Amino acid sequence: MAKSDLKIDIRTSPYIRKAPTVAQIMRNVVYALLPLVIYSVYHFGISALALILVTAMSCMATEHFFCKMSGKKSTILDASAAVSGLLLAMTLPPGFPLWMGAVAGFTAIAMGKTLFGGLGFNLFNPALVGRAFVQAAFPVSITTWTPALATDRFVEFIPSTLALPFMKPLPTADWSIQVAIDGFTGATPLALMKFQGIITDSYDLFMGNVAGSTGETSVLLILVCGAYLVYKQMLDWRIPAAVIIGTAISAELFYFIDPDKYPSPAFMLFSGGLMFAAVFMASDMVASPVTPLGIFVFGCLVGILTVVIRLFGGLTEAVMYAILFGNAATPIIETYTQPRIYGARKNKQDKS
Amino acid sequence: MNLLRLFGKKTFPRGIHLEEHKAETNAKPTRRLPFAPEIIVPLAQHVGKPAKAIVFKGQLVTRGELIAIADGFMSVPIHAPVTGTIKEIGLAKTAQGGKQAAIIITTSLSSGQQLLDSDIQFDYLQMSREELIQAVQNTGIVGLGGAAFPTHVKMQTPADCSIHTVLVNGCECEPFLTTDHRLMLERIEHLLQGIRISMKCVDAPKAIIGIEDNKMDVLHAIEPHLPDDNSIRIKAIATKYPQGAQKMLAYSLLGIEIPSGSRSSDAGLAIFNVATLAKIGALLPKGHGLIERTITVTGDSLENPGNYLAPIGTPLRYILDHAGFKGKEAGVILGGPMMGIPVRSLDVPITKGTGGVLVLDERATRRDDISPCIKCSSCLQACPINLNPSELGLLAAKRQYDVMEEKYHLNDCFECGCCSYVCPSNIPLVQYFRIAKTLNRERHLQNG
Repeated sequence: MAKSDLKIDIRTSPYIRKAPTVAQIMRNVVYALLPLVIYSVYHFGISALALILVTAMSCMATEHFFCKMSGKKSTILDASAAVSGLLLAMTLPPGFPLWMGAVAGFTAIAMGKTLFGGLGFNLFNPALVGRAFVQAAFPVSITTWTPALATDRFVEFIPSTLALPFMKPLPTADWSIQVAIDGFTGATPLALMKFQGIITDSYDLFMGNVAGSTGETSVLLILVCGAYLVYKQMLDWRIPAAVIIGTAISAELFYFIDPDKYPSPAFMLFSGGLMFAAVFMASDMVASPVTPLGIFVFGCLVGILTVVIRLFGGLTEAVMYAILFGNAATPIIETYTQPRIYGARKNKQDKS
Repeated sequence: MNLLRLFGKKTFPRGIHLEEHKAETNAKPTRRLPFAPEIIVPLAQHVGKPAKAIVFKGQLVTRGELIAIADGFMSVPIHAPVTGTIKEIGLAKTAQGGKQAAIIITTSLSSGQQLLDSDIQFDYLQMSREELIQAVQNTGIVGLGGAAFPTHVKMQTPADCSIHTVLVNGCECEPFLTTDHRLMLERIEHLLQGIRISMKCVDAPKAIIGIEDNKMDVLHAIEPHLPDDNSIRIKAIATKYPQGAQKMLAYSLLGIEIPSGSRSSDAGLAIFNVATLAKIGALLPKGHGLIERTITVTGDSLENPGNYLAPIGTPLRYILDHAGFKGKEAGVILGGPMMGIPVRSLDVPITKGTGGVLVLDERATRRDDISPCIKCSSCLQACPINLNPSELGLLAAKRQYDVMEEKYHLNDCFECGCCSYVCPSNIPLVQYFRIAKTLNRERHLQNG
């Protein structure tokens, strides 16, 4: 060996580590979302595909733009912007005008993420910030659902999809009636429940044979994709579990009080975006608590708020606001749910 | 969690599972390393006051001879690891990069390296507690698990704490290291003798040897030698890191939590490493001093990894050459891969606290890009103390060291490294915590 001392860059302990990197986690979330993307394209046709591509590109372009503008290395390779883009598309109606989708993507990243300092610092789930913005900006388009499985869905866009920027999209009501099979009106199960008092069969909800946002319709597929991420240890199963518990218990309470007036817990769990939100949105690591008790409190809060807003609010889709509220409450939840450390003293006076 | 303890394997909550890498060395018998031509014996190999040299330059010393005496109670003496001539009493390099006082001995290669005869024969059963603790100090033994805390100080338990159990730590939860494993197979009599002495020192009626269940051969080897009165027992607990940490061991074996900020004696426990007790059992009855120890030499690019009995003060370069070190540039670590210290020079000696020399090549020096914390909570699910490393890391980045200590229990962190190991963002959390603790200590000193 050489006489001179080693001149090496020394790290401190531990010298070994074994963890997926952030980029690997994000890429796996993308993989987990792919089956949902494929199903939604099968379900709603090329309009859904176009919408997914537009929001994803919009999110990634925004991320790249802001990184360049602030003189930082572009972070689009960590795939977190792609995840936000996909998640966002999944929550929009399939016939949502593409230019509005682009606006939603830009808002999601610009206001939901970059404004706070990028990945890891955002208080809210960026995709939901984007959706909340377009919900306020384009209230009509975001509540216009079109029927699934339309005959010409692979060759023909839904009329509203191709609206020109800043132009009002074409109405789809006539088109919906024209393409619908079996008198399928395109009203979502939640809207049917709220405005017409019709409860959709739980089996249809579970399999996804209903109208709704692009990626939220098949509960079965969502659970399978979520299970993949849990298996890869890239999804904290405790969050979806807590959301489901919160929803089920509060829905059961109302159902118990008046079964005629309020829907059953199963309907609440399987309808609308709840399952998708529980598995993919509420579980957003950055904007949810890290403490074990906090995770449970957060999930239950989201579940309970969803039920309350759905039953008593003016909107049909409630889970988005429930999660945003939960995100906002995260810091305070964490403050009060710090874990009890090993060997903690019972009271402070002990600590002489 | 107590419910889990009833049914599941005995262990503590959280922690991590590591690749063991023990197969390279754990089946090979311990071999003696030849005497290096030059031995460097630092005077501060233990926690506390450095020993005082009592030899002069040019003096001939015999292997086993006292060459430095303890400077007060919080100190231990040092014995000559080899027969030779004192070349110098001066400054020598330390592994961390600084320099410290050391006695440098030129080995007489012509000498047969006979151990200095001791005319003292102790019958520890006839000795009082005070005499026994004094005898432990005279052997120069410190915590050989790596802490290097003087063992006799640990045995001097406060009058108001009665010790009900001696816990004998044979977990060796760090990957790669197998010295304790080999020792428990090869030195059973010494170990049991040491356990009996320690029980007498702390006045404890029973002792439990705790091993991880990846060392069942140890359990089968030791069980026939245990006394019939059940005063010494051996228990296998789950193989999990950091099972060998005192706090984890106490919980896994007995379900006892050592209160935050206090010593194990406050919970009625005295916890010793198996290597420490085996040395006491071997040395104390004969009045000998600690002059050699077993170390695991293993890792990448070594031709002969294994456990070596090496004189204390043997330079790392000599040890690595003997283990067939082939690497050109390497990350050499003293201790295990989770808590060991990096070595800045190969011309430093092994000391009483060194349990392993590990060559990790590029793994020890690789730097990954750090990305922001994504609050995945992996670290919370790994921390054996149940701290919130995520929040601590964010506070460290903001330099709020006082908040870390007051609100987030920074001082309960014993730097096991689980949080850094699982962090997907590659945040060097443990390093942040070390810096924070050091700065807090300085601040407290300044404020009186």
